[in-house]
Amino acid sequence: MQKYLESSLDEVQTISEVENLINNNEKVAISCGRNGPMCLPVYGAFEVLKEKERYSDIKFVVMPFDVPGASIIRELPECRFFRGLPFTIYYKNGKVVGATSSIQDAKSIKKTINECFP
Amino acid sequence: MTKYDVIIIGAGPAGMAAAIFAARGTLSVLVVDESAPAGGTVKNTHLVANYPGFPEPISGLELTKRMFKQAKSFGAKFELAAEITDYNFKDDLKWIEIDDDEKFETENIIIATGINPRQLNLPGEQEFKGRGIHYCATCDGDFYSGKDIAIIGAGDTAMEESLVLLKYVNSITFIHHGFHNLRAEKCTVDQVMDHENVTMIWSHESQKFERDGDKLVIIAENLDTKEIVKIKKDALFIFVGMKPNSEWLKDSGLNINERGYIPTGENCKTNLKNVYAIGDIRVKKFNQITTAIADGTIAALEVVRKISCSH
Repeated sequence: MQKYLESSLDEVQTISEVENLINNNEKVAISCGRNGPMCLPVYGAFEVLKEKERYSDIKFVVMPFDVPGASIIRELPECRFFRGLPFTIYYKNGKVVGATSSIQDAKSIKKTINECFP
Repeated sequence: MTKYDVIIIGAGPAGMAAAIFAARGTLSVLVVDESAPAGGTVKNTHLVANYPGFPEPISGLELTKRMFKQAKSFGAKFELAAEITDYNFKDDLKWIEIDDDEKFETENIIIATGINPRQLNLPGEQEFKGRGIHYCATCDGDFYSGKDIAIIGAGDTAMEESLVLLKYVNSITFIHHGFHNLRAEKCTVDQVMDHENVTMIWSHESQKFERDGDKLVIIAENLDTKEIVKIKKDALFIFVGMKPNSEWLKDSGLNINERGYIPTGENCKTNLKNVYAIGDIRVKKFNQITTAIADGTIAALEVVRKISCSH
């Protein structure tokens, strides 16, 4: 599979991949974007957190914003007013428990994770 | 507590150059940065065309990836996406704590925290970030194809970004607190202002942001008449320059000037013993990747030489 995003994280591209991921993992974080300056810091923070023991139960992945399968993220009600990439969604037991739009620094990502996965 | 010969704070080109020279000088090196990946603001630069040795332009991301790889190959350790939650730079044995968790000791600190895009910090700005308020034309411009947007900012970045936005949007309204003058380069200003769908609202200072249905409302004061006006647009892009990342240093004992930059003396030394400042965070005339690299080289070699002599 061709990867589109500048990230070492697993990249999901289809609706079924996202569904499998959120149905088979309790805690999932998906950052859906492009390779722009607002997106790369979020992917970068995810890559670092993925290696930390305290976040080892979270599945961190990225998804290209422009693939057809990204409609599963783009059309979420939580993203209705989002206009800034990346759209970053946090799922717990298959349900959306958090969503952010645009760049987030590592500190705010950790804060969101702590709120979404207490 | 793990001890390093030198701890470098900031993983932009200055910090990574310091890491390369210090690690190659056989010092143990830790580089800490609150963001990831490494690369500072340069990683967001579309193309770098004036870095010696690269006759074809190279993306900022690719250039800084190579610096990161090079620093790691010499043995430098990196803690990225790591917040410094406490520190002491005043004593001979200095230390930092990251993420309220791990502590690292050193006798030598190199500060390379650089600069970041400035925000206005007005009410509503955080609330609508990514939902009507934006800072990157390339990233978010196409969400507003055919729409009417506003821009706050009138410097070179604002003008260059507006040229990108003009590929997408129907119209741009600049909101500027100045009185009929722009500080951006004239040729870029002319290119933007010659566009028929660009207008300028002079002498207005934004005060807060609100939402009205799908529209973003910019509430601004007319500085001539003191009248408060509401400007309703589909989105607002903010390009108001850069600010040094030095707020976290306010209790460090370091001399920091009124604009937030660190004055340095010979070889990038600060007023604190064995604390150096390099790159865009220090007071200097020219901020370029090459000058940042030079600073990193000088500070690292100074530390290498000092440690070699003490042995």
